[in-house]
Amino acid sequence: MPRADSTELARRIRVQVLRMTHRARASHVGSCLSCSDILAVLYAAVLHVEPKNPKNPDRDRVIVSKGHAAAAVYAALAESGFFPTNRLENFAVDGEAFAGHVTHHDVPGVEVSTGSLGHGLALGCGMALALRGGEPVSRTYVLVSDGELNEGSTWESVLFAGHQNLGNLCAIVDFNGFQSLGRVSEVIGLKPLAEKFKSFGWTAVEVDGHDHQALKRCLAFDGGTSPPRAVIAHTVKGKGVTFMEDKLEWHYRSPNDAELHAALRDLGEGE
Amino acid sequence: MRSAFIEAVCRAARKNPQLWLLTADLGYSVLESFAKSFPDRFVNVGVAEQNMIGVAAGLALSGKKVVTYSIVNFATMRCLEQIRNDVCHHSADVKIVGVGGGYAYGTQGHTHHGIEDLSVMGALPNIDVVAPADPIESRLVADLVLGTNRPAYVRLGKAGEPAVHHKDPPFQHGRVIRLLEGSDALIIATGGLVEEAANASGELERRGLSVAVWSCPWLRPFDDGALRDAARSFPVIVTAEEAVETGGLGAIVARVIAGLGGERPRHVLAAVPATRGPSAISQASARALYRLDAKGLAERISEVIDVS
Repeated sequence: MPRADSTELARRIRVQVLRMTHRARASHVGSCLSCSDILAVLYAAVLHVEPKNPKNPDRDRVIVSKGHAAAAVYAALAESGFFPTNRLENFAVDGEAFAGHVTHHDVPGVEVSTGSLGHGLALGCGMALALRGGEPVSRTYVLVSDGELNEGSTWESVLFAGHQNLGNLCAIVDFNGFQSLGRVSEVIGLKPLAEKFKSFGWTAVEVDGHDHQALKRCLAFDGGTSPPRAVIAHTVKGKGVTFMEDKLEWHYRSPNDAELHAALRDLGEGE
Repeated sequence: MRSAFIEAVCRAARKNPQLWLLTADLGYSVLESFAKSFPDRFVNVGVAEQNMIGVAAGLALSGKKVVTYSIVNFATMRCLEQIRNDVCHHSADVKIVGVGGGYAYGTQGHTHHGIEDLSVMGALPNIDVVAPADPIESRLVADLVLGTNRPAYVRLGKAGEPAVHHKDPPFQHGRVIRLLEGSDALIIATGGLVEEAANASGELERRGLSVAVWSCPWLRPFDDGALRDAARSFPVIVTAEEAVETGGLGAIVARVIAGLGGERPRHVLAAVPATRGPSAISQASARALYRLDAKGLAERISEVIDVS
């Protein structure tokens, strides 16, 4: 299956997320839309993965530590060919595989289940440690949220990865500026974030998390002997749907019928 | 007990190049042999237990077999959710080793009393929970858990524990070890209290009572079948554990007995009560205070069986 254009993949992810959360009356729409471009660039242009052979030992690993973005993850995998898109209708359905937080059981392409914040980077460190020095080098990408950087466990892992010089590890921060109860800058500020990573022995770059060309440049790396890399992706919560952008309420609400129609129009999608 | 376990890990590592050992900066004079023999598979992650368990799970999900090492409370409760989500939920091939089980570090204070681990780990899904009684059981447990791909929690003592066995007993996954025969009562003990139970049996024998003793290293899987059989033949069953009374061996035995029909044995649950004694307390004093030593166990049995 030829790879989709990342821009079109991002649009398809957003459309699916809206339909899934509308159908399931599920939350975290804004968190899914903020990282849709990151996931699209990864799966369309960066990762060495085979959708029809998802356990290929040479594959790159992806851990979505912000497990509440499950709808976007499932949509990215389905739209990339890991499983049929009609399985997305089972999102958050009683008794089905597709739990509201990322699950690996019976979902091809998901490496690990997540949902409690502050776990993913340690898992990624373990994978990077196991895989470094391989030929070809498998890279491990861990997508974390900005709010998740409140967790002390995340910083244990940042310290560890720097000390171990895990050059095949990349942490991507979906910096949409919101956490559950308010703006990150008001709850517990993270700035200067790049400097924090650098002082722990990482390389760190800041990027517009919706600029596909810029994301491609930052996320492509050879996984060699360099330090671990942090890509701080500045994003907008709810990106792509005008009335959802930069609004905390879309961490919780699901779109009603009228909002779904308006959102799909925003994304250039027919009903 | 620690050394017997780690020697077994070293032997396994010689045969299995995928076996790794992680420590959260503990194991002075215990882990050096592994570190020296397998420097590429030994990682001191620093004083960071949550990260240790996540890293262990990540390694295991990439094809490695991983042993993690720390003191009981730090090995389990400090990183409990990582064990639950990252190890158990993924059936990751991680063996969590906690040293200093019970009151082994008693005078160090309550932070180092490893008495809730059996209950806490027993509440998690998909993980074996095992507490060997002496160096021989420790080696047998190591060989067995390292031979599986399942998560396991292994509670060890520290050093210098007396030998309960003088040769390898029949040993199987999830099975009790029948140590002493008897007919008036049965003591099922786990970990370091097996020795106390054996001594209690000897003391009661001098007073005319015939008390059987089982070592029960496996809290999960638990030997339900053996217990059900015993419940038909012993009028009194005592459980003995250097652990809190909620959720451990006694609670497991009570659950099985409660499910039996007909006449049931009397169950005496010897464990650490909810109300605790001093923070600095030696293992011997704690066992005496909570009536978990040979004298205390013998007294408990005398109280429910008429010794003439």
